[in-house]
Parts: sequence; C-alpha cells; structure tokens
Amino acid sequence: MGIIRNIAASLVLLRQSSVKNNHKVIMSRRLHARRTDGVDKNVWVEFTQLAADYKAVNLGQGFPDFSPPQFIQEAFCKAINGGPQMHQYTRAFGHPPLVKSLAKFFSRIVVQDIDPLEDILVTVGAYQALFCAFQGLIDEGDEVIIIEPFFDCYQPMVVMAGGKAVYVPLRPREGSAILSSGDWVLSADELASKITPRTKAIVINTPNNPLGKVYKTEELQMIADLCIKHNLLCFSDEVYEWLTYDGAKHIKIASLPGMWERTVTVGSAGKTFSATGWKVGWAIGSGNIIKYMKTIHQNSVYHCATAAQEAVAHGFEREYELFGTPESYFQQLPTMLHHKRKKLASCLESVGLQPIMPEGGYFMVTDISSVKVDLNDLSTKDELYDFRFVKWLIKEKGLATIPVSAFYSPEHSKEFDKYIRFCFVKEDSTLDAAEAILRKWSQKE
Amino acid sequence: MSIARQVLNCSRFTCRSAHVTCRKTFTTSQHVMMSRHTHAKRIEGLDKNVWVAFTALAADPSVVNLGQGFPDIPPPSYVKEALAKAASVDRMNQYTRGFGHPSLVKALSQVYGKAYGRQIDPLKEILVTVGGYGSLFSAIQALVEEGDEVIIIEPFFDCYVPMVRMAGGKPVLIPLRLKSGKKTITSADWFLDPDELAGKFNSKTKAIIINTPNNPIGKVFTKDELQMIADLCIKHDTLCFSDEVYEWLVYRGHQHVKIATLPGMWDRTVTIGSAGKTFSVTGWKLGWSIGPEQLMKHLQTVMQNSLYTCPTPLQEAVAQGLLLNYELMDQPECYFTSLADELEGKRDRLADIVEEAGMTPVIPEGGYFMLVDVTALNQDLSHMDEDEAYDYKFVKWMIKEKKLAAIPVTAFVGEESTKDFEKYIRLCFIKQDSTLDAARSILKSWTKV
Repeated sequence: MGIIRNIAASLVLLRQSSVKNNHKVIMSRRLHARRTDGVDKNVWVEFTQLAADYKAVNLGQGFPDFSPPQFIQEAFCKAINGGPQMHQYTRAFGHPPLVKSLAKFFSRIVVQDIDPLEDILVTVGAYQALFCAFQGLIDEGDEVIIIEPFFDCYQPMVVMAGGKAVYVPLRPREGSAILSSGDWVLSADELASKITPRTKAIVINTPNNPLGKVYKTEELQMIADLCIKHNLLCFSDEVYEWLTYDGAKHIKIASLPGMWERTVTVGSAGKTFSATGWKVGWAIGSGNIIKYMKTIHQNSVYHCATAAQEAVAHGFEREYELFGTPESYFQQLPTMLHHKRKKLASCLESVGLQPIMPEGGYFMVTDISSVKVDLNDLSTKDELYDFRFVKWLIKEKGLATIPVSAFYSPEHSKEFDKYIRFCFVKEDSTLDAAEAILRKWSQKE
Repeated sequence: MSIARQVLNCSRFTCRSAHVTCRKTFTTSQHVMMSRHTHAKRIEGLDKNVWVAFTALAADPSVVNLGQGFPDIPPPSYVKEALAKAASVDRMNQYTRGFGHPSLVKALSQVYGKAYGRQIDPLKEILVTVGGYGSLFSAIQALVEEGDEVIIIEPFFDCYVPMVRMAGGKPVLIPLRLKSGKKTITSADWFLDPDELAGKFNSKTKAIIINTPNNPIGKVFTKDELQMIADLCIKHDTLCFSDEVYEWLVYRGHQHVKIATLPGMWDRTVTIGSAGKTFSVTGWKLGWSIGPEQLMKHLQTVMQNSLYTCPTPLQEAVAQGLLLNYELMDQPECYFTSLADELEGKRDRLADIVEEAGMTPVIPEGGYFMLVDVTALNQDLSHMDEDEAYDYKFVKWMIKEKKLAAIPVTAFVGEESTKDFEKYIRLCFIKQDSTLDAARSILKSWTKV
C-alpha cells in the first residue's frame, strides 16, 4: 500500500476508534479480511427491520406464516424426547437416518444410485450448502455465471470466494403480453457469449426466486449442452422443487445425460416441510465434487443439529411411501398454495396491477410501472424506483414487499426497477389483510 | 494432482454414466478437464481430520467410548422441555433474526453482562453461531487473511490450525511446557514460557487464540498468565480470540477469568461460548461470539454470507435455559454450578481408575477431559505402522484389543511438539457412572495380565 494511503487509512481508523480506556488506536492496520469487503450490505436486514417498525402486513420475506404439517412437528417432538443421543453430536456430514432417507428418496427421482455417505452433505439450510459449493470449488479469478434475477446471496458468495460474477438476464419474450414466468426466457446465444476460459460454474435456480420460472427440459438441455461443451460445474438451487403449479413439471438438470458428475443440487427441508426455522438443507452430487464441500463443512460448522435432522429423515420416509398419492405433503402443499397464488393474483389484478403468474415457488412478481404515486420521501431520493416504491408502500400503506432490482446485478438493475415481489405462502387472513389495503388504496385513486 | 490420478478420475467419470457418449470430453487435454473439477486452493491439505478416523473406530457398540467429547449423561430436562414448547409455536418454526434470535441475544446480554461487569449490546456485540466451532470460523474468516500470523498454543483444539490456514493465515505454534520434578501432575503444571511467547509476536501477528479452560489438558489460565498474554496483545496491537466453551466447568480452587475483562482487552477480543457445552446438548450446535461492535460487525458479515441464520426453536430453548440459570446464578441449583460439582466427582473417580491401572493422570483444573501419561505401561507397539506417533498407535491398539476408546493427544499439536506429547492420551469424563465403571473393569483386567 502506498505511504499516503497507509497514512490515510490509519487516520480513518484513529477517528473511528474509541478513546475510552486510554486506548486511542485499536488497530493501526486493517482489521477485517479483504474477503468481507463489499459483501456487508443485505436487503433482508434493511427490509425486515422496516416491515417490523411499521407493523406492516408482511408479504415480503419468504417464509410461511402457517404451521409446518402435523406429521413433521410430531417427528420433531419424538426426536426431542428420544434418547440422549438425540441431543449430542451426530455424524458430521449428515445424520445417518437422514442421508439414508434422502438417498433412497432422490435415487428414485433422478434414476441414479445415490450413495448416502459419499454423494450427500447435510448443511445448515440450503444457504450453507451454497456456501460450501462456492468455497470448495471457486477460486480466485474463477468466473461464475449467474442467471438474473437471482436469489441475492449468490453474488456475495461468489465474491467472498474470490470469484467473478458474470450475469445473464432472463428477459421477457418479445411481442406478446407477459403473463407468466414462462414468458421470461434465456437467450442461448447471450448465455454462450458469456462463457470464457475462466468460467468455472453456472448457478441456476428452478423454480426461480423471485420470478417463479420453472425451467423446461429444453431450457435445461441448452444449459447442459454448454456445461458439457465447456466443462463447467453446475450449481442447481432447487429449494422450491415441490412447488409447481398448473401442470408445470420440475426437472432436475442433474438427471440429464452427462450432468450428474458435474452438478451440485441443493435442497431445503425448510421449504420442503414449511419449517424454514429448522435450517436443514443438503447438497447432492457426485462424491468427487461433494468431497470438497465436505472439507469446507468440516472446517466451518462441522456438525448440524441432530434432532431436526432426525425429524426430517422421518418426513422423507413418510413421503417416500406416499409419493404421488393425495396424502403426500408434496401434493398437498402445492395444491394449497395454488389457491393462494390465484387469490393474490386476482387481488392484484382487481386493483390494476399486473402480476406475472409464477409457474412455481413462493413468490409473485408484479409490474408496477402503471402505478402513479408521488414518492415524495426525500430519504430514498437516490435509490432505484422499486426500492423507493416498496419503502413508500410499507410506510404509507402498511404493506411489505421486496423490490425486485435487489435480485439483479448492479449492471442490469436499472433495467428491472419497475417490479416488486410478493410472497403468497401466507395464511388466508394475511392475504385478506393485504387485499383490504390494496382495495382501499385503489378506491382512493 | 498427478496425471495418472487425473486419468483414473476421467475414466471413473465416464463409467459412472454409461449413457454418456464421450462427446468432447477428451478433445481438450485431460489436464484441462481435471482443472475444471479441482477444488479451490483454500482447502488444500485440509481434508484430514482426527475425528473422522477415530469416531469410526469407536462407533463399535462394544467399545467403551471415552474419546470424543460429548456427554452420555442426559441434558437437564428443562432445556428439552423448552425445545418441545418452542417447536409447538408456529412462528418458532420459521426464520428468526440472522445475527441471533432476539430472546437469545437478550438473555446472553444479561448473563454475560454480569460476567463481564459491563453493558453488552445484544444486537451489536453478540453473534449467535452454529456451535463454538461456527464462532471460531466466523472470527477467523472475518479477521484473518493472507499475510497474517496467528499464534496458537499447543495442545490446541484441532480445528484452529486448519481454520487459520483456510483463511490464508499462518499458524505460529507455541507449546505449553511441563514443570519438571513433580509427583502428582495437574494441568496447572503446564505453563507458557514468557520469553518464548514474547518471541512469537511480530508485526505480522494478527491474533492469538487462547482456550481456557483448555482442551485437552484442562488448564485454567490464571489472571497473571492472561495478563502476560494481554500485555503482549496490547504491545503488538494484536487481536485475541478466546475460546471459553468450557467456562462453567471449573473445579474447586480455581476461577475462570475472562481475558476480555482485563484493561485494554475488550476492544480487541472476541470471546466464544457454547450452548452445547453449557447445557450438555452438543447436538444442538449453538454457540456465540461476544465482542466490540468494530470486530463483531465483520463476524456478522461472514454469518450473513455463509449460513445467514441459526435454527429458531433451538435458540428459543437456549434463551429459556439461560434465563432460568441467570436467576439461580451463584446458587447450588444453578446448572453452571451443579454440573461442575458433578463432573469434579467424575474427574476424581477417573483419576483413581487411571492410577490403579498404573498410568499417570494429569488432573485437570477445568473442562471435561483428562490427559493420561501411558509411559509406565511400557506397551510394546512395534508391530504397528511405523509412521504414526506413539499415541495414535496406542489408542488404535487400545480400541482394538481392550475395547476402550480415547483420543491421541498429538492430534492437538504440531509436528515439532509431537515428541513431547506422544505418551499422552485424552480421556473424556462427562460420562455416566456406568460408563466409567466399564472403563474401570477394562483397566483392572488389563493390568492383571
């Protein structure tokens, strides 16, 4: 570091450090590691706080406000009251009953013999699975392609691993009205043009957060072809895999030819069993790749909580037996949500907003460009339109949502700042309250 | 990776999915193909782990396991009840605040506010993590990078070195040394040489990691010893990561001192605690870091980019447990006191058992491990693998032949210190009396042969 910069840095620290205890300078050199540079901001921290402060009807952050299903709660209770070993360390890479039931369940789906000990890593939520993938497999200078809009953590995780994020946006199809998430598509040429010799991996999320797009086989095949041609890894975030509507089918890219050995598929008990607060997730893939993620895991958290894993194992045992039948939670949940999705969409349409019907997932994105409001809040003057709109909506109308440009890269966010995201995985009473707010608002216009 | 291994992996890839037509897999060189699937450099050499090896060996149900550090005694019933109660509340099954569930950080702020004698801001000065392990990770990732040196005292909880290396830092080791000439050995007889320690500090030293009570020796650092370390930290402008997961397990005649309470240390120390060790629920994997905002904010950044939030119902239950014991603090019913009393009895029992068997225990002042010197047994292990340290061979032999599991102590030291520690094994005594009895039977019949 140049001398001037050194002095300047020290002066900044001097100003910042406390003067109590006769210690004026805490660190005369840089405190935090460079890997934490630029990854400290977080949209959730800001908006969850705001929603709480204004006691808004919360259709913002993605978690159910109804209870997890009875059978999973019972399984958790049973585990809690099980023997003392339920409260002590279990196998670090995944509680044996859980990895066995996951292997059994998903082997049937991907038609691949999944080894419970080699091919599965249980993590603290899908979030930590993604972290292990980036930390274990992405090096300084590696490029990672992220399809926009993306769940916001992908970008800081790439950065923290020393990688470079390269973005490719889903774009609304030319011409026709954009009525469904299926109308947002990836250009094969645009995607291919972003691949360089430094590209290491591509991150896909299907069903997608926030749009709700459920990638079709042809779309995944296009991505798979490029992965195979350029020898890329694929990180496939499939946390909403059971939540598809109107006959849309969830396809696992790992089941396409040539993809098993290069794909890490991430799943979530939180989203699967409506228990986001349990923070149990997993990564499934070829042992050759999972083993590197295990090394990260064993040097970061090492073990995951035992009792919750035991409960999730029982959940998957049950679902294995009931798969495809009406008693399966994996049928019941999307059916219940299908009705809520319809309810929210009608409500938005009735007040002149244009929802993009999601083919899957927890969320619905709405185009707000037709809404005329006077965003006279000076404190948000320099922010993007959707950020300002969402804050206004929380403060003035008591309704919380999330601005969609938060899911875009800095280079493209300005193109997509007229959309906001609603979560419809809420009790009908919450959706009713949101509806009341929107009706009242539209009546005033 | 050697070319031979690369080729081997290639053919394994193609064999795996028989229906893959070898499209373009071999058009680019095999080296390029493997370079795509290689791991990030940060995990180079970090895949080995003593627990993976020894937990597998001890998993045999006929083995009496005094190895890995977890209780086989039940946790207090009120924590289990608190968890069951929390899990029955809808909201408790969904995401909570990322940096720590509000009721938990408030409870921590209360309990530790008292222990530190200062106001601790629950939102800015506390981070809840996945076990003490997760706190160590967050602190090291947040504050250590390439070019930094981190002083680690041997023997050390084995994760410190790989975590520092994964962050790009350089571990600098200094051993605790044994005072010579004593008949009965306690953990207090192991000390840090002040000159030797001072010699390890330089302008690159970013942090020192201390662990008190220490795993595996059980040493409880005295105020003077901590002051010596503090003086060096202040002189060299170094951070201190203080792993105090066993803080409540301190035996009669000794006191746990928090280095962060010494003058000048609050602003440069991150102190780590554990619900697992505090409430005998290691399988809950909840821990916390406490420190000044200027350090904690960086740990929070790591948290928000690694796993974001810890499980909600577990945090709620720990909060309840802490509040209950806060009311009882300094009374015999307080779990922090009653557990230590219970363990002191087990410590003394194990020490007797070990001595009866002709081995020499190092009586720990704190924690739930005991070092045992096996030199006197003179066990011939020449038939075993030459390459391993004596204690590794001894423990493997003991598990196989005697059905008693321990952990080799050289797992907790660097190569240079191996010769000073390879006659020691580590035994865990937070076990049911029946487990300790079973160990006694094994040791009794052993010496009869």
